[in-house]
Amino acid sequence: MSDLEKINSIFNAKIDSVKSKDDLQNLKTEFFGKNGQITIQFKNLGSLSAEDKKEFASHLNRLKDSLSKQIEEKNLELETQEINEKLKSEKIDVTLPIRSYRQGKIHPVSQVIDEISSIFSEIGFSVAEGPDVETEHNNFTALNTPEDHPARDMHDTFYLDKNKKLLLRTHTSPVQIRTMLNEKPPFKIIVPGRTYRSDSDQTHAPMFHQLEGLHIDKNITMGHLKGCLDYFIKEFFEVKNVRMRFRPSHFPFTEPSAEVDIGYRLENNKIVIGEGDKWLEVLGCGMVHPNVLKNVKVDTNKYQGYAFGIGIDRLAMLKYGINDLRAFFETDYRWLSHFGFDPLDVPTNYRGLSK
Amino acid sequence: MIITIPWLKEHLQTKANEAKIIDQLTNIGLEVENVKENVGELSEFKIAKILKAEKHPNADKLKVCDVSLGDNKIIQVVCGASNARDGLVTIYAPPGSIIPKTKFKLKVAKIRGVESKGMLCSESELNLSDESAGIIELKNKEKEVGKSYFKTKLDKALDIAITPNRADCLGVRGIARDLASSGLGSLLKLKKKSFKQNLKQPIKVSITKEKNQGCLSFGSCYIKDITNKESPDWLKNKILALGLKPISAVVDITNYVMFDLNRPLHAYDANKINKEIIVRNSQEGEEFEGLDNEKYKLKKGMCVVTDKSSILGLGGVIGGTKTSTEFDTKNILLESAYFLPSSIRKTGRELNINTDAKYRFERGIDPNSIKEGLEIATGLIISICGGEASKFLITGKTSQKKKVIDLKIEKFKDLIGISISISEAYKILSSLGFKVKKTKKALKVEIPSWRPDVSQDVDLIEELIRIKGFDKIQVVEPEKRRDKDTLNFKQKLFHLSQRALASKGYIETVTWSFTDSNIDKQFSRGEKEINIYNPISSDLDVLRRSIFSNLSIHLKKNQDRGYSDLSFFEIGPVFFGKNPGDQQIVVGGIKSGLVNRRSWSDKARNIDVFDVKSDALRTLVELGIDEKNLFVNDLTKSSYHPGRSGSINLKSDKGPHLAYFGELHPAIVKKLDFKDKNIFGFEIFLKNIPQPNKKVRQTKVNYLASDFQKSERDFAFVIDKTFKVGLLEKLIKKIDENIIHKVIAFDVYEGENIPKDKKSVAINVTLQALDKTLSEKDLDQVSQKIIEVVKEKTGATIRS
Repeated sequence: MSDLEKINSIFNAKIDSVKSKDDLQNLKTEFFGKNGQITIQFKNLGSLSAEDKKEFASHLNRLKDSLSKQIEEKNLELETQEINEKLKSEKIDVTLPIRSYRQGKIHPVSQVIDEISSIFSEIGFSVAEGPDVETEHNNFTALNTPEDHPARDMHDTFYLDKNKKLLLRTHTSPVQIRTMLNEKPPFKIIVPGRTYRSDSDQTHAPMFHQLEGLHIDKNITMGHLKGCLDYFIKEFFEVKNVRMRFRPSHFPFTEPSAEVDIGYRLENNKIVIGEGDKWLEVLGCGMVHPNVLKNVKVDTNKYQGYAFGIGIDRLAMLKYGINDLRAFFETDYRWLSHFGFDPLDVPTNYRGLSK
Repeated sequence: MIITIPWLKEHLQTKANEAKIIDQLTNIGLEVENVKENVGELSEFKIAKILKAEKHPNADKLKVCDVSLGDNKIIQVVCGASNARDGLVTIYAPPGSIIPKTKFKLKVAKIRGVESKGMLCSESELNLSDESAGIIELKNKEKEVGKSYFKTKLDKALDIAITPNRADCLGVRGIARDLASSGLGSLLKLKKKSFKQNLKQPIKVSITKEKNQGCLSFGSCYIKDITNKESPDWLKNKILALGLKPISAVVDITNYVMFDLNRPLHAYDANKINKEIIVRNSQEGEEFEGLDNEKYKLKKGMCVVTDKSSILGLGGVIGGTKTSTEFDTKNILLESAYFLPSSIRKTGRELNINTDAKYRFERGIDPNSIKEGLEIATGLIISICGGEASKFLITGKTSQKKKVIDLKIEKFKDLIGISISISEAYKILSSLGFKVKKTKKALKVEIPSWRPDVSQDVDLIEELIRIKGFDKIQVVEPEKRRDKDTLNFKQKLFHLSQRALASKGYIETVTWSFTDSNIDKQFSRGEKEINIYNPISSDLDVLRRSIFSNLSIHLKKNQDRGYSDLSFFEIGPVFFGKNPGDQQIVVGGIKSGLVNRRSWSDKARNIDVFDVKSDALRTLVELGIDEKNLFVNDLTKSSYHPGRSGSINLKSDKGPHLAYFGELHPAIVKKLDFKDKNIFGFEIFLKNIPQPNKKVRQTKVNYLASDFQKSERDFAFVIDKTFKVGLLEKLIKKIDENIIHKVIAFDVYEGENIPKDKKSVAINVTLQALDKTLSEKDLDQVSQKIIEVVKEKTGATIRS
C-alpha cells in the first residue's frame, strides 16, 4: 500500500467518526494543516525525480481534491444537522389563537340602501335628499293631502310645535316637492331616508326608512312604472322571475294609485321571494297626481310621471331573513355582528349585489 | 269594513264562489285583509270521548271521568250522570264557556275534593231538548271527537280595507256595485218595505244660519206607538257578524242601514225631546254626555243637535244619553242628515272621538241618500216594532249640484300606456253609476252623488283601469342609460365614511333621530333643546343635538350586557334648530375597552386618544384629504376630557373644522354610569369638507421617486414642555421640502437630566434628493439648518 493509499484509508476511517464542527476542524488540520499529512506530501514533491514527480503529483492532487470534497460535504451535512436541530427547538403551536381584532360591520339598512342605489343607478336615477324636519305644507298639503283629509289619520305624526306646522316627515315624499320646486324637469330621482311615525309595536318603529322614487318626463305612462318596479324587484331579490300584482289603492298624491304585491312561498319557515302562491305587499305607487304637479308649477300639459314608496327596512327583512324590525335600531352588538355586512362587501353591478 | 258573503248577495246576483269574490275584491282595490271564521259562543262545545269513568272516591252518585278531545291530553271531569261510562262519545264544555240553559259560566272547580275541568252536557243544558236525564250520547261521532258540536251559525267575515277615498264602499251595497261593475254579477234592486205615512212630523226642526254651520240637511221621521224589542235573529246575526253587540231593534236597524247602505242614522226617544230640534254651532264650554257615557266639554263651533233645553247629540259623531232609546221607548224621531266632512273631522279630532258614523261622515256620505235612509229604516222599524210613521221632513238643502267631467278618451292611453275603447269606458262608468254621454272621442260624465272622491278626469281614468284590471297594463322595460351622476359629492362622502369606519373595526349602528333630553344635554354646547311636541315616550322627547347622545346610551346597554371591547359608529343627522334644514350629517364613532384583552402574545392596554385620533385622521385621508392639509390642535368642547382631546382642521388651525376626537368627559362617564369607563370617540363634520373644484377629471399628482440613496438623521431637542410636537414636526418639514421627506417624533422624555419645564423630543428625519446622493457635507448642512431654525423659532436646544 502506497503512502497515499494509507493516507486515504486513515482519512476514511476518521471522517466517519466526525460528529461536530470541531472534530471536522481537527481532521482538516491533521491533513491540510501546516504539518498535515497532505501538506507534508506536497513538501516532499521536490525530492522526487521529474518522472516520478509528475505521476505522484497527479495522484496527490486527486487525493487532495477527494479529501477536500469529503470535508466540504461533511461540513454541509453538519450544518444541515445543526439547522434542523435549531428549527426543531423553535417549533411553536400554530393552533394558538390569532391576535384579537375588532370586526367592523355595515348596518343592513345601509347595505340595502347601497344595493338599491346601485340598481337604480343602472337605469338613470340620481339620489336626492331632504331634511328630516318638514313643514306641514311639504309633508301633506303640497302632496294633495289638505288638512281635513282622512289620509292624514294614517300618518301618526310627530310634531315639533303646538300649531302642528313643523313635523318629522312621515314619508320621503316631501323630497319630491323640494326637488320639483328647486329644479327643472325632467326628474328622475330616488330618495332613501329616515321617516317617522308615532307608532311603536312589534312591527312598527317610531323611525323607519323609506325609499321614494319619482320619474317625471314627457310621455311617461303607467307601463313605465310597471317596468321600473318589475326590474327593481327582480334585481333586488336577485331572482329571474318574480310574480307581481298591481292592486288598485289610494294615495292622495297619485292617481291612479296601486299597491304592489310580490309572490312568495315558505321554505323551512323562511320566506322565499319569487313564484310562490302567497302574496306579500311591498310598496305603494302611482301616477303623480296633477294637483301635486300644479302645486310645484310643473306644466301638466307637457309632463307627467310616476312615483313610488318602499319600506327599506322591510325589504332588508325580506331579503336577509330578519324577523324583528325593532332590532334594527337597538344597537345590540350581537345582532349587528350577525346581520351586519363586511365593509368590503360593496354592492356593485359588475360583481353582483351580494356575495 | 266587514261584510259577509250572504249579506253581499242580498245586493249582488252572482254565481261566483267565495274565493272568486275575495280575489276580485282585491283586484278592484277593495283589499280583503282578513277572512275570519265568525264563530259564535257555541263553538266551544266540543265532541269528546270518555276514556275511563270511575266512581268518585268521596261521593256515591258522582263519577270521575278521563275525557279526551282526540289529542294526547286527558281532561279530568267530575260528572253526575248515570250514563257516563267508558267509551261514551258526548259533548264537553270547557271552563270559561257559558251553559246556554242556565247562563252559568264554568270554572275549574273541586267537587268533593276532586278537581273537575269543565263539564259533560245533557241535551237540556244545551237547549237542544228538554231531555235532562243523563248526558248526551252521540252515535257514530267517534271520528269527530275534538270538533265543535255546533256548526258555525254565523257567516265568515271578510275584513276589507277601504281606502279613504272610497266612502261609498263603507256600505255593503257600494261594494256590491263595484263587484257588479267589474263583471262579477249584477246589482239587485234595493228592496223597500212599504208603509203608510198619514201623520205630519210633529217636531219642528231648524238648522241655524251661521258661519261654519256643519249641517247642510236634516231629514226626520216621527214614528209613534212602537214596541221596541230584541231584534229578530236575521238582524241579530248581521250585527254579530260585524263584531257589534245587538242592543234593541231600533238601534240595530239604524246600525244595519249604516253598514248596508253607508247611511248613518240616529234614533231619538221623541218623548225626551224638549219641543223642537235646533241644529247649531256649540258655544265654548258647553257640556254633553255621549252614548259612550263620556262627558264632553265642547269648544266653540262644533255642530250640535239640540232641543229647547240641552244638547242631544254631536251631529254625525255621537248621540247623547238624554234622548237615547230604550226597550220601553214608545215614540221615536229618526234622523237622516248630511254633515260636512271638515266639520265632523274637526269635532272628532278635538274631542278624540271615533265612531262608525263619524268615520263615514268625514269621508263623505251620499247627500242624496237622506230620503232613502229614512224609507228603508222606517219600513224595517214598522215591520219589526209596529207603530205609525209620519211624513218625512227634510230641512235644509235638498239637492246637490251635479258635477260633470269631460274625459278625452286618448288621455287614458297617454297616462296608462294602453288604450280603451269608448264603448268599454262607457260600459264601466255606467255600471259604476256614472251617467255617461258618448261622443266620438270623449265622454261627458256625470258624477253620482255617492262619489265625492271623483273630481277630475284622472279620477275617471283610475276608475277605468281599476275595473279593467291593472294586470292589463303592459310593462315598458326601463332604459339602461344614465345622464346624471347617481351620487353627489356629499353622498359619496357619506358612503365612503361608512366603509372607511367599518374597515377600522367599527360596527355601524342606526339609532333614532330623537333621544332622551337628560342624556342629550350632556353633549350639547348650549344650543336650544329641540322638543318633540308629542313624543312617543318621555325618554325620546328631543331631537338629538349630538351624535353621541344615542351612541353612549347604546354603548352603555352593550356594556351592561357584558360586552366592553366595543366600537360603534353612526352616520346621521344631528339637529341645531327646529326648522327644516337645521341639521347636519355627522359621522360619530365611539370606542371602549382594551386592545389585546386576554392575549397569550401581546400585552393588554387601554384604548387611548391616539386610537381615535388615528381613526379620525385616517378616515379623513380616505375621504380624499391630503394628510399634509390636516392640522391637529387641542381645541376641544365640553363633552370631551379637556386634556385628552383635540380638533382636526383643514389647511390651518383656522381652516374648516373637520373633526373632534378624544376621551369622553369623565363627568359624563360618571353620569351615565358606564361599567367600563375608558371611553373615546370622534365626530367628523362632513359638511365642512369642501368639494374639490375639478372641472375635468384630475390625473394623479406627478410621480417623483428618487433613485438616489436616502439618509436618516436623529435629533433630540430639549424644548418647552407645552410646545406641541405636531408643530415641531411641521416646522422641520417646511425647512426644505425638496430634501426633507419625512419627519417623525419617536420619543418624548421628561424627567431626570431635563429641566422641569422642558421635555426632550427625539425626531427622526429622512433626507433624500432627487438629483444626487447627498454627501456628508450636504447632510451636515441640512442638519445644521434644522437645528438653527428649530432653535430660532422655538428656543429649543439640541440635547447633548
